[in-house]
Amino acid sequence: MTEPLLTARDLRRTFTSGRRHITALDGVSLAIAPGETLGLVGGSGCGKSTLARVLTRLIAPESGAIAFMGDDWLALGGGRLRAARRHMQMVFQDPLAAFNPRATVGGVLADALRIHAVVPKAARAAEVARLIDRVGLSSGLIGRSIHDISGGQRQRVAIARAISVRPRLVILDEAVSALDVSVRGRILELLVDLQRETGVGYLFISHDLAVVRAVSHRIAVMDAGRLVEEGPAASVIAAPSSDVLAHLIGAVPRLTGIIRPERSEDRQDDAY
Amino acid sequence: MTTVLGIADLTVTYRRAAASALIGISLEVEAGEILAIIGESGSGKSTLARAIADLLPERTEVAGLLRWPGLEGGPRAGRDIGYVFQDPGSSLNPVLSIGEQVGEGARRHLGLSRRAADAEVLRLLTRVRLPEPERIARAFPHQLSGGQRQRVAIAAAIAAQPHLLIADEVTSSLDVVVQAAIVELLVELVRAENMTLIFVTHDLALASGIADRVAVMAEGRLVELGPVADVIAAPKAAETAALIAAHIDLTTPPLVGEAP
Repeated sequence: MTEPLLTARDLRRTFTSGRRHITALDGVSLAIAPGETLGLVGGSGCGKSTLARVLTRLIAPESGAIAFMGDDWLALGGGRLRAARRHMQMVFQDPLAAFNPRATVGGVLADALRIHAVVPKAARAAEVARLIDRVGLSSGLIGRSIHDISGGQRQRVAIARAISVRPRLVILDEAVSALDVSVRGRILELLVDLQRETGVGYLFISHDLAVVRAVSHRIAVMDAGRLVEEGPAASVIAAPSSDVLAHLIGAVPRLTGIIRPERSEDRQDDAY
Repeated sequence: MTTVLGIADLTVTYRRAAASALIGISLEVEAGEILAIIGESGSGKSTLARAIADLLPERTEVAGLLRWPGLEGGPRAGRDIGYVFQDPGSSLNPVLSIGEQVGEGARRHLGLSRRAADAEVLRLLTRVRLPEPERIARAFPHQLSGGQRQRVAIAAAIAAQPHLLIADEVTSSLDVVVQAAIVELLVELVRAENMTLIFVTHDLALASGIADRVAVMAEGRLVELGPVADVIAAPKAAETAALIAAHIDLTTPPLVGEAP
């Protein structure tokens, strides 16, 4: 394995609600390599969104360490943190809540390009147009309000914004869970294509194991604040060692009455 | 088979809407069947469920006919039709205890005394497989998890022993493991109590696992209706084929290989 892009060691975080203490992260360690997708699955309340928030430094862990692009990520501050943050982007389940409600599609992207000085000012409009095209949207949407477009289009804008600053890692927290299935497939393909082009790493968080498996090189399973198993996607699913994963596998709805041909061995190699 | 409900040429137009939400829907619901209504956002599937339960907003334009053989004067909401909504967080009353809400249907429609209703509440909460029913009956909705709240909503919906239960996207806000448990519960209840179930969902695979027949909606129209195995093995409508093609499960070829 290449030098990891991100490593987290023994992350701990508890929340207090009334007199109850909830251990959301109970010693979580993981690594993500450049160009790799680590899928993170688990049920509601297992701590996966807390992990995303700790990794992006939206909340602080009580203990543990994170190294990102060779830096002690938790020790970074001021201008160096701001500069490094460009390389760790996040896409949420509900993009409407993640945008300024008065923003336009073009404005959202232009802001990201300006704040992180990705391209010279004169080239900004062209870069916005390139990004819009790259995520499969029509340039006619650039002047539209973020409110006036569909959920699928909005999630494409969120992805365009995340990749606009050419990050090394994008954390996707239930990013396709609210989309219609027809839209979901195209968004997943877009994410995989972008990864092949740019070598971006993904932490892909979802409760939907089938979707996680479709896009992940490795899968980590979370339960009650701990990673209970982790490994290459196919082997983890072929031989689950935890009850949680066995339950997740059993709960994936199957289309009854349809039989897919067995996947041939060489198909996987074709992908790379 | 006896028909519970016959729908003929139903067209629904919301107030101030440019287009109709439902256009010329005709279908019959058979007694004892599980009928899945599936479709994507905006296909009209929830409008159809609401039209059946007479839950459309005031001043909605409704044309066509709903026929209820065997129910003189039409169904009574809560008595003849039980309805479970997507979000039990907003369908349950936040300031009433679980026991009061579940018991209301039994008191109002079955005329049970308060004491008898209290006993019935415990039976119903046990029936939807909630642990410690006495404690849950005293609790308020915010003290329960999403899956527990949905079980409570199901208990309340079946309290008056309706013949028809409508479940409208009841598992969409739940994780997959809880979803599987809720679906299993619904099927078991419906079969054991001889109820008819209309199961509205965007998830064709979920529907295929439980339904006898499936109705596929797209842009306000009913584009396909048939036994679930036939529809999935040989879809007639392009919209059904697209839903099948977009399905992802553990046998779908992955988009990426083992290591970057």
